[in-house]
Amino acid sequence: MNLITQDEISAEIAAASTPGGPQPRLDFGPYRSSLLRHPTKDLRHADPETIELVSPVFGPQDVDPLEADLTIQHGGEPIGERMVVTGRVLDGDGRPVPHQLVEVWQANAAGRYIHQRDQHPAPIDPHFTGVGRCLTDADGTYAFTTIKPGPYPWKNHRNAWRPAHIHFSVFGRAFTQRLVTQMYFPGDPLFALDPIYQAITDEAARDRLVATYDHEVTRPEWSTGYRWDIVLDGADAVRFEAHLDEEDDA
Amino acid sequence: MSLPPTPGQTVGPFFGYALPFERDSELVPASHPRAVRLHGHVLDGAGDPVPDALLELWQLDEDGMVVQAHGSLHRDGYTFTGWGRASTDRAGHYQLVTLRPGAEEPGGAAFFSLVVFARGLLDRLHTRIYLPGQDDALAADPLLGTLDDRDRATLLAHDEDGGASLRFDVRLQGSGETAFLRYGRSS
Ligand SMILES: [Fe+3]
Repeated sequence: MNLITQDEISAEIAAASTPGGPQPRLDFGPYRSSLLRHPTKDLRHADPETIELVSPVFGPQDVDPLEADLTIQHGGEPIGERMVVTGRVLDGDGRPVPHQLVEVWQANAAGRYIHQRDQHPAPIDPHFTGVGRCLTDADGTYAFTTIKPGPYPWKNHRNAWRPAHIHFSVFGRAFTQRLVTQMYFPGDPLFALDPIYQAITDEAARDRLVATYDHEVTRPEWSTGYRWDIVLDGADAVRFEAHLDEEDDA
Repeated sequence: MSLPPTPGQTVGPFFGYALPFERDSELVPASHPRAVRLHGHVLDGAGDPVPDALLELWQLDEDGMVVQAHGSLHRDGYTFTGWGRASTDRAGHYQLVTLRPGAEEPGGAAFFSLVVFARGLLDRLHTRIYLPGQDDALAADPLLGTLDDRDRATLLAHDEDGGASLRFDVRLQGSGETAFLRYGRSS
């Protein structure tokens, strides 16, 4: 049994949280699984070649539009707060990323995943799997209908609880922009206690993972609504060429 | 205009029922006359296998051309889309079935581009897998030229079975740690 307390982990988080950049620290001791799984050497700079400035393209045969509704995958309504989660996928220049793949997975309203390794003794919902995908539209907009996930314990330390979150996998225009992340909900009391969330040591950057409640995206007498935009880092072909032009001008 | 980026987070332990899909690791069927098996282990800093890693492969076609074809999630058995995905098994082993990419330019080095995700890895990592048997091109490669011999060796695949297989291990940490790459991103 893991005897490390939340207080000890919280003290480690405080000690490790020197101001950081916009991305998580890969070496973040309070998240125990990171100890042997982070590179110890600096990332080496590479000038991207063409294959690193493109992404696969996905078409109508790849994704069924119904896969964006996680509440209709079984013969009945899942338990929990039905909600719409929507937003836009943008690059760092604010240009939308159209027709690209967004994949999500999440726990059910009780904090339980449909995954063999999830042993949390919370109820499985026979009407909820918690997996969805969609393609962004021409404006870079994605939208899912789902159930608000619950927090769940995860044994990093004794009585460790993850804030409620939805896992997102997002493709940009380029290999360099590939992103897997997690979306959180506003005001979660578990934020301060969570080593995964706190591995992003810049507060403004952490805030970018938190969706906003938006009454405009609710559906009357049907669902609540959250908005969360995703901004992808890294060069694509257009941005990299612009960057080279700037260098030439300098 | 420059917008601050959305941070990455670990893929976590439970992606295995969400991200894998049918024939995700088969960029071509194994029966393809020029199919090559690209495989290896993902290892942690103790040298132990990582059973919950996910790899994605980006590559040019055999002629060194970018492929932009639909169908990566819906393998029809004929369309090569230049992208695939593989999870490690309980032994930390992965395998992909694909074609050897051509070089982008004549005389350039041919390589696969690889993204690595894992539980315990807080953000994705990028690297390259260079094909063996192209010594002149490797010697002239701009990236490899910036690396010392040890780092350089971590990016080279090895031929096996008379060229039917390519072997490439990913070492997240420690002795033989893979050289991971950044491309002018903000971190
Ligand atoms: Fe999770």
